[in-house]
Amino acid sequence: MVPISYYLGLSAALFICGIAGFLLKRNIITIFMSIELMLNAVNLSFVAFAAQLHNLAGQVFVFFVMVVAAAEAAVGLAIIIAVYRTRNTLNVDQVDLLKL
Amino acid sequence: MTPNEISYSHILPEVVLSVFGMLIMLAEPMLGERASRKPLGYLAFFGTLAAGAATLYQAQYPGFAFWHMVHVDAFSTFFHLLVIGVAAVVILSSLDYVEEETVHAGEYYGLVLLGAVGMCLMSSAVELVLIFVALEISSIATYVLTGIRRKNAAGAESALKYFLLGSFATAFFLFGVAMMYGATGSTDIPNIALTLAKGSIPGLVYVGMALMFVGLGFKIASAPFHVWTPDVYEGAPAPIVGFMSTAPKAAVFAVMLRIILQTGAPGWLYLIWGSAALSMTLGNLGALLQTNVKRMLAYSSIAQAGYILVAFTAAPQEATSAVMFYMLCYAAMNVGAFAVITFYSGKDERRVHLEDFAGLGATNPLLALTLTIFLLSLIGIPLTGGFLAKFYVFQVALKANMVWLTIIGVLNSAVAAYYYLRLVVAMYMKPAPEGAVRVAAPLPMKIALLAAAALTLYLGIVPTGVLSYTTEAAAQLLTAPAVKVVTGQ
Amino acid sequence: MTANLHLWLIPLLPLLGAAINGAFGKRFSRQLVSAVGLAGSGAAFLYALWIASQYSALATAMPIVDKTLGTWIKAGTFQADFAFQLDQLSFVMLLIVTGVGFLIHVYSVGYMWEESGYYRFFCYLNLFLFFMLTLILAANYLLMFIGWEGVGLASYLLIGFYFTKDSAANAGKKAFIVNRIGDFGFLIALFLLIQHFGTLDFTLLADKIVPLGSEAGWGLLSSIGVLLMVGAAGKSAQIPLYVWLPDAMEGPTPVSALIHAATMVTAGVYMVSRSHVIFDRAPQALLVVAVIGCATAFFAATIGICQTDIKKVLAYSTVSQLGYMFLGCGAAAYSAGVFHLMTHAFFKGLLFLAAGSVIHSLGGEQDMRRMGGLRKEIPWTFWTMTAGTFAIAGFPFFAGYYSKDMILWKVSQHNPILFGFGLLTAFITSFYMFRLWFMTFFGERATAEAGHGHHDQAPAAHGHDDHGHDGHGHGHAGGHAHESGWLMLFPLVVLAILSVIGGWMVGGGEGFAKFLSPVFSVGLAADPTEVAGGMSEGFVSALATVAFLLGLGLAWFLYVRRKNIPAQIAQNLGGIYSAVLNKYWVDEIYATVIVNPMMAISRTVLWQGIDRKVIDATLDDAAAGANQLSGEVRKMQSGNIRSYAAWVAAGAVLVVGYMMWMGAAR
Repeated sequence: MVPISYYLGLSAALFICGIAGFLLKRNIITIFMSIELMLNAVNLSFVAFAAQLHNLAGQVFVFFVMVVAAAEAAVGLAIIIAVYRTRNTLNVDQVDLLKL
Repeated sequence: MTPNEISYSHILPEVVLSVFGMLIMLAEPMLGERASRKPLGYLAFFGTLAAGAATLYQAQYPGFAFWHMVHVDAFSTFFHLLVIGVAAVVILSSLDYVEEETVHAGEYYGLVLLGAVGMCLMSSAVELVLIFVALEISSIATYVLTGIRRKNAAGAESALKYFLLGSFATAFFLFGVAMMYGATGSTDIPNIALTLAKGSIPGLVYVGMALMFVGLGFKIASAPFHVWTPDVYEGAPAPIVGFMSTAPKAAVFAVMLRIILQTGAPGWLYLIWGSAALSMTLGNLGALLQTNVKRMLAYSSIAQAGYILVAFTAAPQEATSAVMFYMLCYAAMNVGAFAVITFYSGKDERRVHLEDFAGLGATNPLLALTLTIFLLSLIGIPLTGGFLAKFYVFQVALKANMVWLTIIGVLNSAVAAYYYLRLVVAMYMKPAPEGAVRVAAPLPMKIALLAAAALTLYLGIVPTGVLSYTTEAAAQLLTAPAVKVVTGQ
Repeated sequence: MTANLHLWLIPLLPLLGAAINGAFGKRFSRQLVSAVGLAGSGAAFLYALWIASQYSALATAMPIVDKTLGTWIKAGTFQADFAFQLDQLSFVMLLIVTGVGFLIHVYSVGYMWEESGYYRFFCYLNLFLFFMLTLILAANYLLMFIGWEGVGLASYLLIGFYFTKDSAANAGKKAFIVNRIGDFGFLIALFLLIQHFGTLDFTLLADKIVPLGSEAGWGLLSSIGVLLMVGAAGKSAQIPLYVWLPDAMEGPTPVSALIHAATMVTAGVYMVSRSHVIFDRAPQALLVVAVIGCATAFFAATIGICQTDIKKVLAYSTVSQLGYMFLGCGAAAYSAGVFHLMTHAFFKGLLFLAAGSVIHSLGGEQDMRRMGGLRKEIPWTFWTMTAGTFAIAGFPFFAGYYSKDMILWKVSQHNPILFGFGLLTAFITSFYMFRLWFMTFFGERATAEAGHGHHDQAPAAHGHDDHGHDGHGHGHAGGHAHESGWLMLFPLVVLAILSVIGGWMVGGGEGFAKFLSPVFSVGLAADPTEVAGGMSEGFVSALATVAFLLGLGLAWFLYVRRKNIPAQIAQNLGGIYSAVLNKYWVDEIYATVIVNPMMAISRTVLWQGIDRKVIDATLDDAAAGANQLSGEVRKMQSGNIRSYAAWVAAGAVLVVGYMMWMGAAR
């Protein structure tokens, strides 16, 4: 059996990929996908822990997270469209009216 | 009533709020194109009253429900009433705002109520995944409310910032939950407390606590996770800023009290210490030069979050009581201050700069007087709630030998007087600009303002009732029965 | 046991006045506003007089605590009540505050009659009295702190009363913020008291502190004492927090008299005296009090020498006299400090009111160089101000003579260096006060043009130029001074009488100390006045009288005698012959060698140098520094979402790293 630490390592790596994607990408959609990646990294560790602990709760949590992520995606895309309409850009670096 | 049972009375306020939220959304299309949207607002206000009554009813049946996911106690009742009260004041102060600005009233009021559902649930949830879901309910509602002025570039931008960064931070929180789950085999707070009390704490718990703190620290706008606050508050509609700077914060503080103090998790003390010191200092320094009042109050709210964090360093029971008391005072004065701004800023929020407030004392005495009360309370002048809240927090922190943190805090509150006072100076000591308008506040707005001002003064003059309640609630929270439940299987 | 005195009514009466005037004053006539304002303060004064009439019956029961209003805060074991307390100390303060307060209310009716916002003025004035009375009657530190912050707030409102002027608004803000810095010390001291003694109630605290011995070195009580002194220094304008007081002269003159001379600024002295149980056991803290007091007394007096604005002279004089009071307290002679507080309330209140009368009569002129010869034009003002000047300078058997001697004598028993500076300050005080007196009332009036040229700018500072006449209804365009109305003169006369007999009336320092001894002897083994050694009281009195005479003589010499030299004689006659013949030659030498350098030092080094450039500028720099830091903090706010995320991520790395380290270190 694959040790739990492998799963956790993969999960952490995916999570960090997500963070890096947020910090490095300029397209708002890509940034949003990076966040989804972070959530899925967490899902992976939930499932891994569930398998290790022989406890189904962890797998159930994944469904909750997916539902919440879907709701977030719906709202997020709406907000992105609103931004695109007012600013005509999806480059996150150009969305900086509010500062200081 | 057993804990392992569906018991709607334990989530009654949430049910009531959800029903009213959905009713309002359904009702909006029924109204004519040109008809006033105020009935929806009154319906929403009525919803908050009903939810408040439901909370009082529910308080008579304390205990667990839904398989140890929800726990009703004096602590949850306090935060329920706080969140619902804030929602009520925000709705009253929004009635005319919503008419003036072109926003969809049904969604606006509906989302305020649905957001309040999440916040209420956060204060009674004792299970980490439920807390996560509740946090998201509240967050998603506030993301939308932030950007509800869709045509406004600043509004859309602030919604985007809040949404992207908020989701980013939530992912950290969720990762922390996963770690706690892995480390303790449970996501149930009393169970986690039991496991941790047995000794031999796995390293993963520390990582889990850290990650959860990132997520929660973001939501309460504590440094170094505060950077989003000024931008988002500046772009969001004024009444919504009043809402989101108080109600979700209160709920997140409730969650923090449960996660940090109720579980008895180790190692976080100097983490909070640093975050509190940094929040107070950065918040107050940032506010010094602001001329945009909304932005200034955004920085001020960062500092206020810092003061509340100071309380966490005290002994658990006193800490809990102090946080609850401070949060109530803060909610009253901040929501009140933003109600004044909501009304005074006018259509498209044109008047939000310091110079726009010049001469307000002469042109709009009621607005100026209530805003002065809120500002004096934010400064911490005696006989206002803000003074006693700060006094209480610093006193319990010093009792726990947090000498330096207390000194930093008291010095900060001395410096902070400067920028709040600038607004008072502008209102009373500067002549009104040419063509300053004298507009009488409509009745609902007056009620909202006077209620917030009365509460601010009440908490400063006769705080004993509230204080004994918070002390009692804190004692209950920390001795809540840690029942072992069998999850899953 | 005595019947309930209902002490809580005393502060409440002026509050009622403030509330009525604040809510409806805008619609009231001036007469009605005055009536309400005077009723608020007068009722409190009558109440105080009634208590005084009962004094002999009450004295045995003191301190009398009135808890009618019940509990304020109760959290855990800590409790603070809305409790008011009457003992000899608060009784004295009560009479001073309500008495002087009422007189100044009367005076204000005349002085402010023409001002717009008349009702606001009386509302704030009554509000001030409410907070001040709360401060002095409070039975615990927390309630005292309400008054403490409240008087600061009221003073801020009153300084900024002429709010069309930026300088007034800024002066108000400065006063408030400097006071907040002082409050920081006060608050920390309160936290320490709660932490170690569990209460803030004066009686309970005394019970717990008295058994503690005197601290040999630096300990808890010394720290608390010094922190309390930080608070007192803020409120009572001591080094280094005194800078706000001279600026506070932007406010109307009655405000300067009431708040910045007679009552509020003495709150620090009161607080230190009230905390004598702590200070008695903390010799280190007492020394700090004495040194700060002495340094302030001397330093502010030397600055007073070169001021030309009549109110600024009095402002620095107030700072200096407050220093005297702290010097007295620092010598553990609290009764001497409070005694000087009382006499100072009489004569400084009088001096400010008289100065206000002078300013009023000249239509807003505050520059002494443009005054002179006024004694014939405004005789009432002249004679009352004379009484005040002689009292403050220490003319024998006037009020200031008793209290200042008492302080100097007590200090002489403790510390010869402090005594030396104290005596020197007495000389300087006498000098600058007579300088003011001679410049204002003697000699010739400056020319009408000069007076007029200034009239265009300075009075704006005072808000009097827009009406240009006072209650008498005749203008003064010709530069003619005219006496103020009886409403303004009546308080002057009363205060003048008190300035003359106020010290003698209470039986001199000894009698006053005896009166207060039930308060200050709490927890002391022996009567503190019975310290052996040092100079005899008579000798100190003689020295102080000499200092008074020297100051008077020097001022007369410089501002009366030398001034009369016809200018052309000095110019036309030159060379050795004229120098020898010139009977005023010695004056010129004197002027060049001593006076001019002295004035120059006072002006350039002490005032413009240390006062403005070092202390004031340090505070300004601190403010500027904070503003600069504020700019830096704002730079975090680039507006870019990715940079914000970077902050969050960096914070997360820090937090996770710290917690992992904690986990590993466990």
